[in-house]
Amino acid sequence: MAIIIDENTQVAVQGMTGNQGRFHAKQMLAYGTKIVAGISPGKGGQEVEGVPIYDTMTAAAQDNRIDASVLFIPAPFAKDAAFEAIDAGAKVLVGVPEHIPVHDEMEIVNYAKSKGVIVVGPNSFGIVSSGKCKIGIPPNQFFTEGQVGVVARSGTLTYEIVGNLAMNGLGQSTVVGLGGDRAVGLSFVDVLEKFEHDPQTKAIVMVGEIGGNAEEQAAEFIKANMTKPVVAYIAGKSAPPGKRMGHAGAIIERGKGTFDGKVEALQEVGVQVAALPFEVPGLLKKVL
Amino acid sequence: MKLFEYMGKELFAEYGVTVPKGRVVTSPEEAAKVAQEIGSTVVVKSQVLSGKRGKGGGIKFADNAEEASAAAKEILGMTVQGYKVDALLVEEKIQIDKELYLSITVDTAAKMPVIIASADGGMEIEDVAEEKIMKKHIDPLVGFSPYLGRETARRLGLTGALAKEANKLMAGLVKMFHEKDAELVEINPLVISGERLIAADSKVTIDDDALFRQKEAPVVEERTETEKKAHELGLAFVELGGDIAIMANGAGMAMGTLDTISYYGGSPANFLDAGGGTGMEETAQALELLLANKPKAVFINIFGGITRCDDVANAFIQVKKSREIPVPVVIRMVGTNEEEALKILSENGVEAYKVMHEAAQKVVELAKA
Repeated sequence: MAIIIDENTQVAVQGMTGNQGRFHAKQMLAYGTKIVAGISPGKGGQEVEGVPIYDTMTAAAQDNRIDASVLFIPAPFAKDAAFEAIDAGAKVLVGVPEHIPVHDEMEIVNYAKSKGVIVVGPNSFGIVSSGKCKIGIPPNQFFTEGQVGVVARSGTLTYEIVGNLAMNGLGQSTVVGLGGDRAVGLSFVDVLEKFEHDPQTKAIVMVGEIGGNAEEQAAEFIKANMTKPVVAYIAGKSAPPGKRMGHAGAIIERGKGTFDGKVEALQEVGVQVAALPFEVPGLLKKVL
Repeated sequence: MKLFEYMGKELFAEYGVTVPKGRVVTSPEEAAKVAQEIGSTVVVKSQVLSGKRGKGGGIKFADNAEEASAAAKEILGMTVQGYKVDALLVEEKIQIDKELYLSITVDTAAKMPVIIASADGGMEIEDVAEEKIMKKHIDPLVGFSPYLGRETARRLGLTGALAKEANKLMAGLVKMFHEKDAELVEINPLVISGERLIAADSKVTIDDDALFRQKEAPVVEERTETEKKAHELGLAFVELGGDIAIMANGAGMAMGTLDTISYYGGSPANFLDAGGGTGMEETAQALELLLANKPKAVFINIFGGITRCDDVANAFIQVKKSREIPVPVVIRMVGTNEEEALKILSENGVEAYKVMHEAAQKVVELAKA
């Protein structure tokens, strides 16, 4: 099982002939991801890592079944590329680029929703169904198959958590990067719900951060709907109010979205909250 | 990027939203001249990126040119909520029949713009009871439709000519929100003044990520000198005042690093997100930036995904060779190309950690030595 993507998922890489696209396509192929097409306007007919390159998504979709597409496209052009992927029938869209204008993100996310397309990101490391399929940029070696579902707002912090899981022999079902931006496709609640229904997943790690109220909404959902245990880590305890900590969402505004508020909300519904990332495996072992 | 009140009002005027007659000035002489032109009581408002200007003495009324000049003299150069006042907005004092609240912002949960309106204006919207606030989403696939203006007018309790005025105002404001790539457009208070609706204040924030296509947007600097330099390098940097300089890749990781340092009793000097896919040159510049603030120790914490550890290691060695690094540096590196990175570091006599909390404990210890 696992959620959203699995060993049968066929993937297109938009911007595959660029520096990042090429490097990460190679990493994904090494992980076992089924990349069936690359898209780079003007480069149609070439091959990269044995994968055929097409000028447009539609051309790629005529020759291949494309389930998912991943964007390695500069932020100013990301909206157009996203629309192109949705138009060509991709059902999962993984948005890696950061610094996409928020108005473009809102259009992408809402258009995708109207077409029944799942958007992972933008500004996300992607999604990994460990041992089956990786779409995005995380380092391969830490993602091993297992029972823990991971959902996170932040990328590198997820690697930290997954790295800690790996060191402790804990594999993952699926690891989802929601994305650090203000308007992203998936929420904690969307992913928690999928994990609740996934037989492979036995426990969930939520990696949150200050700002917004996504963690508080997750707490409400957990209380009402989750039977599986949830462990959390929240970043930003030492962040000062009013200062944006890199992510567009990570800012404590007018006393809202604070570290303490989030920890309290989660603890109240029975979620174990780790003080530091390396404590997560210990807490998981207690509930598994 | 936050705009000054006068910049927001200039945009309002451009989009057909009525604002008080007035102009921005930078000297008492100019203030007197504008007051003379207006010819009635004026209000002299400090232009700083903070609310609560009135309480700090940053807003004064003046009945004539002489008083306007005196008020300007007093306010210019004073500090309001930590911001030095360099400019003033001198505008007509308007008749206030009632104060309303109106804004458009991004609703993160709904992933859509939302119109927020309340008949109770003039105060912080957080202090207004939930049932007195209208929240109405604008579907980005539909955009503005006049019914949104009619509904807003209804909830603001406006009828007749004022309701018509509100429809026009809403159409303009939504257009501005969209065309200017705004994250926030707030009018508080929106004043009922006889038969007119007047924007008595403005708070406008433009999306930093859209500045590449907002070529006409004014430039407002809200950063410290070091933060400014970091921004030019494409780094997210916030000064925090401690003595352990931190460089991490990714915002979440950078935050997690601060928390870990604090947990072990250390004091972070800064938040620095070196970003994803940062090249060697940028990394070297980031290091220079950290050292310029004279920390007691430096902590480099990299978990490579899109960032390649060997790039960061090479950059570090390059800096180490080109200049003396007067303080201890602790490096933690795992992830993409970690083996290459560790080899580069050890060949140059630099020890690197693989486990974050061990490295964090070490750097806290070194900073205290």
